[in-house]
Amino acid sequence: MKLPQLTYRVWMVWRRNFDVFLKTLHLNFLPTIMEPLLYLAAFGVGLGALITGAVQGGTYLQFIAPGLISITTMYGGFFECTYASFVRMYFQKTFDAIIATPVSVEEVIAGELLWGATRGAINGTIVLVVVAVYDAVFHTGLIASPLALIIPVVAFFGALLFASLGMCFTAWSRTIDYFNFPIFLFITPMFLLSGTFFPLSILPGPLQVTALSVMPLTHLVNLIRSLMSGAVTSYLGLSPELIWILALVWIAVVTVLFFLLAIHLMKRKLIK
Amino acid sequence: MTSAEVLIKARGLTKKFNNSFVAVDHIDFDVYRGECVGFLGPNGAGKTTTVRMIYCFTPVTEGELTVAGLNVQTQAREIKHNIGVCPQEDNLDPDFTVVKNLQVYARYFSIPKAVAAKRAEYLLKFFQLEEKRNAAIDELSGGMKRRLIMARALVSEPQILLLDEPTTGLDPQARHLVWDEIRNLRKQGVTIILTTHYMDEAAALCDRVLIVDNGKIIETGVPRELVARFVGEDVLELEFDEEVVRNLKQELPDAQVEVFGDQVRVFINQPHGIFERVVKKFPDKNLTIRNANLEDVFLKLTGRKLRE
Repeated sequence: MKLPQLTYRVWMVWRRNFDVFLKTLHLNFLPTIMEPLLYLAAFGVGLGALITGAVQGGTYLQFIAPGLISITTMYGGFFECTYASFVRMYFQKTFDAIIATPVSVEEVIAGELLWGATRGAINGTIVLVVVAVYDAVFHTGLIASPLALIIPVVAFFGALLFASLGMCFTAWSRTIDYFNFPIFLFITPMFLLSGTFFPLSILPGPLQVTALSVMPLTHLVNLIRSLMSGAVTSYLGLSPELIWILALVWIAVVTVLFFLLAIHLMKRKLIK
Repeated sequence: MTSAEVLIKARGLTKKFNNSFVAVDHIDFDVYRGECVGFLGPNGAGKTTTVRMIYCFTPVTEGELTVAGLNVQTQAREIKHNIGVCPQEDNLDPDFTVVKNLQVYARYFSIPKAVAAKRAEYLLKFFQLEEKRNAAIDELSGGMKRRLIMARALVSEPQILLLDEPTTGLDPQARHLVWDEIRNLRKQGVTIILTTHYMDEAAALCDRVLIVDNGKIIETGVPRELVARFVGEDVLELEFDEEVVRNLKQELPDAQVEVFGDQVRVFINQPHGIFERVVKKFPDKNLTIRNANLEDVFLKLTGRKLRE
């Protein structure tokens, strides 16, 4: 596998998607704002009322807020580089059109991945802002640390990982319906079992190990939760520091691997 | 033409897919600066694959291919700066308006925004799309889409324009409009390569045609000369009839009689008038004499009809 040669042209592809995003801003923002609000209402306020004890030393709302930011980030990156990229590649032939210009196929895919990461970061940040506003109004202590300000950056790299994973599935999918597989076998289990809605430590040991070893969302949640609260909880006997380092290293390594793999697979799919 | 500069040069150019199917089979050709060359052949002949290799979309399996002296395998980026591509299928960007399509495309060539804006306006005018400036792509007719694709291909002011079946699927009026614009571009000195399975299109637009079949170039030449050389001036057409065919073979032993299903075409390398005798003999058999065209050349060379 040869390393892709990427130039500044990657940003032309990114810019194309960004231009479309700006054009359809009103369509992009409303669902992104509404969804976490609904979750906050249903799980935080509704379900949370039934949970009287402390969850990892805080309220249930404090526990799930970082989960919601992480989930939205994941969906943003993953859906952009599955459904949206597939539409651009297969139905609109946008990639073919760009490849006929000095922009290379590797740069097209890299641009798509960076855009997917941006999209995830934007969505995650929207939820962060919603949470911050909610916190400012109701004084719920959701954001306890100024470190929360770097969440958009972390969300960008987390989303880049999900975008890269998504793009690998795009390379593999023959029709758009193939995305049902990764969504039900990969995304939905992560959505539920990555320490998003309840602490991972409640799960049986093997499931905790699974979550930490193959579920990227687990690591993103760990990072974002600690940035919001200023603390990390340990599990599986791992110290908080180790959890942090593990999350950073895991995301960095897996992102680089899948970023390169996505470009490689897509190139093989597009160039015959 | 021989003294002109060779812009595209192919030697032993070959494309195999999956290491087995040979789409383009050791072809040699030269394209000179300023000429309009047509690749003429049926679907699956290897026309599109050849064009795709020229604009560095499809990798070359074997052989040599250079564009303006640059190697397609190692200097793709430089080559793509010099080529405008009109693909067979519509791949305009449906997320943008007509004018924005041109501007965004110019960005891929690193053309400064102000220059791109100016060129976009000029091209909209040239292709008579000014009124549709702010229209969405799906509001355009097929002919307008084609013209916009050509406009888009020219936004980088390329030396070479590749037109892959520029008029397939267009109605006659839209087709003639596209032809006019191709002729205009040729006058401006743009080197044009077009693929087509329309004989009249090749005859109307091309200085030279390369007739391709099964991945090979089977004949090259000026359209008019090819017709004169291979099929003469007239072609006789009739519905299959044993008696007539037998008689034809007796009367005109030099003629080539090609039977396709229930249709017969007769070629002969001789001037006007030779078929009159036969036609008069069978007044009720619906025999027609018409001018020979490139399609007849193809038919004669391959023994097959072009559109199958």
